[in-house]
Amino acid sequence: MFQRWKESITPTDIVMWLIGGTLLLMVIWGSVATLVAGKYTGRHWIDFVIFGLAQGSIYALIATGYTMVYGVLRMINFAHGEVFMSGPYTAYFVAAAMYRSDFLDKHPFTALFVIFVVAMAISTMIAYFLEKIAYRPLRGAPRLIPLITAIGASFFLQYMFRGLYGSGFQAYPVIKIFEGAWVIFGIRILKFQLVVIVAAILLMAALYSFIMLTRAGKAIRAVSEDKEASSLMGINVDGMISTTFIIGGMAAGAAGVLYALMFKQVHFFMGFIPGIKAFTAAVLGGIGNIPGAMLGGIFLGLIESVGPSLFLDGLGIPAPYQLKDAIAFTMLVLVLIFRPMGIMGERLAAKKA
Amino acid sequence: MNSHLGYGFNQQQVEFFNTVIQKGEELMKRILTLFIVLIAVFCLAMPAAAAGKGVVKIKKGEPVHIAYWFVISGPNTSLGMDTVRGIEIAIEDFGKKIKGHPIKLTGEDTGCGPEGGQAAATKIASDPSVVAAIGSNCSSAAKPGVPILWAAGIPSVSPSNTAPYLTDPKRGDGYSGYLRTCHNDTVQGAVAAQFAKDVLKVTSAATIHDGSVYAEQLAQVFAANFKKMGGKITAQEAVSPGDTDMRPVLTSIATGKPGLIYYPIFIAEGGHITRQGKEVSGLEKTKMMGADGIFSPDFYKAAGEAAVGMYHTSPDFSAFPAAYKDFLKKHQEKYGKKPEAPFHAHSYDAAMMILKSIDKVGVAGKDGSLTIDRMKLRDAMYATKGFKGMTGTLNCDKYGDCADPRIAVYETNIDNIKKGEMPTMPIWKPYK
Repeated sequence: MFQRWKESITPTDIVMWLIGGTLLLMVIWGSVATLVAGKYTGRHWIDFVIFGLAQGSIYALIATGYTMVYGVLRMINFAHGEVFMSGPYTAYFVAAAMYRSDFLDKHPFTALFVIFVVAMAISTMIAYFLEKIAYRPLRGAPRLIPLITAIGASFFLQYMFRGLYGSGFQAYPVIKIFEGAWVIFGIRILKFQLVVIVAAILLMAALYSFIMLTRAGKAIRAVSEDKEASSLMGINVDGMISTTFIIGGMAAGAAGVLYALMFKQVHFFMGFIPGIKAFTAAVLGGIGNIPGAMLGGIFLGLIESVGPSLFLDGLGIPAPYQLKDAIAFTMLVLVLIFRPMGIMGERLAAKKA
Repeated sequence: MNSHLGYGFNQQQVEFFNTVIQKGEELMKRILTLFIVLIAVFCLAMPAAAAGKGVVKIKKGEPVHIAYWFVISGPNTSLGMDTVRGIEIAIEDFGKKIKGHPIKLTGEDTGCGPEGGQAAATKIASDPSVVAAIGSNCSSAAKPGVPILWAAGIPSVSPSNTAPYLTDPKRGDGYSGYLRTCHNDTVQGAVAAQFAKDVLKVTSAATIHDGSVYAEQLAQVFAANFKKMGGKITAQEAVSPGDTDMRPVLTSIATGKPGLIYYPIFIAEGGHITRQGKEVSGLEKTKMMGADGIFSPDFYKAAGEAAVGMYHTSPDFSAFPAAYKDFLKKHQEKYGKKPEAPFHAHSYDAAMMILKSIDKVGVAGKDGSLTIDRMKLRDAMYATKGFKGMTGTLNCDKYGDCADPRIAVYETNIDNIKKGEMPTMPIWKPYK
């Protein structure tokens, strides 16, 4: 047993473990030093965690779109960030109109419902046509070709929306009932953050139960395991791929509205960075695995929010928040060194690799 | 074995060594030739460099080409467009012609970053017809861009680069064709610190920059001055361009309980900090203060009503000469709106300075051509003294700082947000 283990280790593994071990040591050292210094109280840490959860649940919703498409098509849909941007950016005009006519203040829930419907409809439509126009004709092509097409589609969508709506910022109207904070069990939580977290959890639960419990979900899972066998079983493979894009688009549209609720700004380039982060989250969780993507998103959000203070403050590094992306990607490296398939990627590795 | 060859090598090995030695010698020869060629090129290039930067010859009827490199896309577009309009009005006021030649204005986008600045400067530098450039808007873009332009003999005047580095005595030769008509941030940072300490009476402050040359240096100048006056700097934080979630960094800053946060950054991130600052516990009473980079209606769009009560340091429009009123009238007539950012008048001055210098050094030929010596043009621009501009009297020093810096502090009220217009009267100024 030991002999076999010894033989399977390559020098690369040892170097990777050394890098991983050093990073891990630094993380632990930094955290201990920060906690000993006692600059932050328990309430600060709780604040950091809540900020991270709110940001992370948005990443998680976008990441499900990446991971589902990867599941059925084995391709990274780099235009997913633009699917995410298109919905809330279009819904902004509806929201602004309702704000000007006071409808938003008088009937906030109806207004919010309308915003959600518009945003999700637009994002879904974009995702559906994206698949139909840009990816379907390339179904049989080598893997690199759809990937390049996805990047092209991403630019096309970005600049199409810039052409449509202009290159400036648009400020989302503030929904007054969600302003301020609630105190729950002595913990102060901003209202809209709680709304974002709860909405994201509900959406993810709905999405997961759709995939696990419905007939269509079962068919999608079948397609992601074996396209040919599922088509022999009478499953409409192209239809199921379209369904996947539609669900991913809906999740992205909803995530976009939550994002707009949190940051109150929309812009034609707003999908780029969340898109990259969500892709990272999907890889972190094990690409192709839906619960993995959700977990990866929340993990990434938490690391971004807690990490700079926890790991870097103790090491005496000035301006740690400038390094938050570096921390997030270091964590990705760490996870991939010790678990190359991502946090929950094991089953995928056995079945599909 | 094989001891007759010595060292115990066999025939094959010896042959192999011989080829290696041969190849090595060939390589040495090649390197030597290359070296000689390089030296020859260098020797030839030396006198050319010493002789100056060459001339631009404009044939009869052809235009005098001036290029701008501003940020005309992305979140800081308003900053760039504002300065483009300043140039356009200046060209009209100049009469649209220099010594009988029309003036041609083209532009490149810098995107307010180092990569964009480099690309824009390279594009302009590759066009031999460009006489002078105006730009950039953002100091980050100027840092890599200016040496590229000057290597091609194109002097550049910036209306809005305020980072101290660009006119620092230690900046290097690549910047000797660079001038600016706006203030140097050593002035702006000091005004901000003085206002915070003497008028707001805060004893502690925190700064946030975004890693850009402008923000980092301005935050640094503010912190140094504030400390010198006896204040305490609780944190010097930084965010990255494109960040949206500022609550963690603001929570971290809140642990130091600063009386004021000075964040001289750009519109997108500035908007997020302004909005989210109100939501973080511990910062409810902290005063917020930005600089000229976010003194724009677009910033009000980004920050919304959270910007009410915040302070800005920015050029003092009320101290501009009377001619500025005419400028505003022309602006309104030509574009149907008021200026959107603080640097339109500086841009007007930059363009005027260039046009007047070209007028001075340009030599008209008998065939109706115009010859401009690039080095003489640069020297004429540096020699600008007592120039009555739109922003005051301009006097260029030997490092290219030409401004008559008058920085004041503005406060935003609810009317400004509702109308989307910047406050016009400063609430405080350090001079009389």
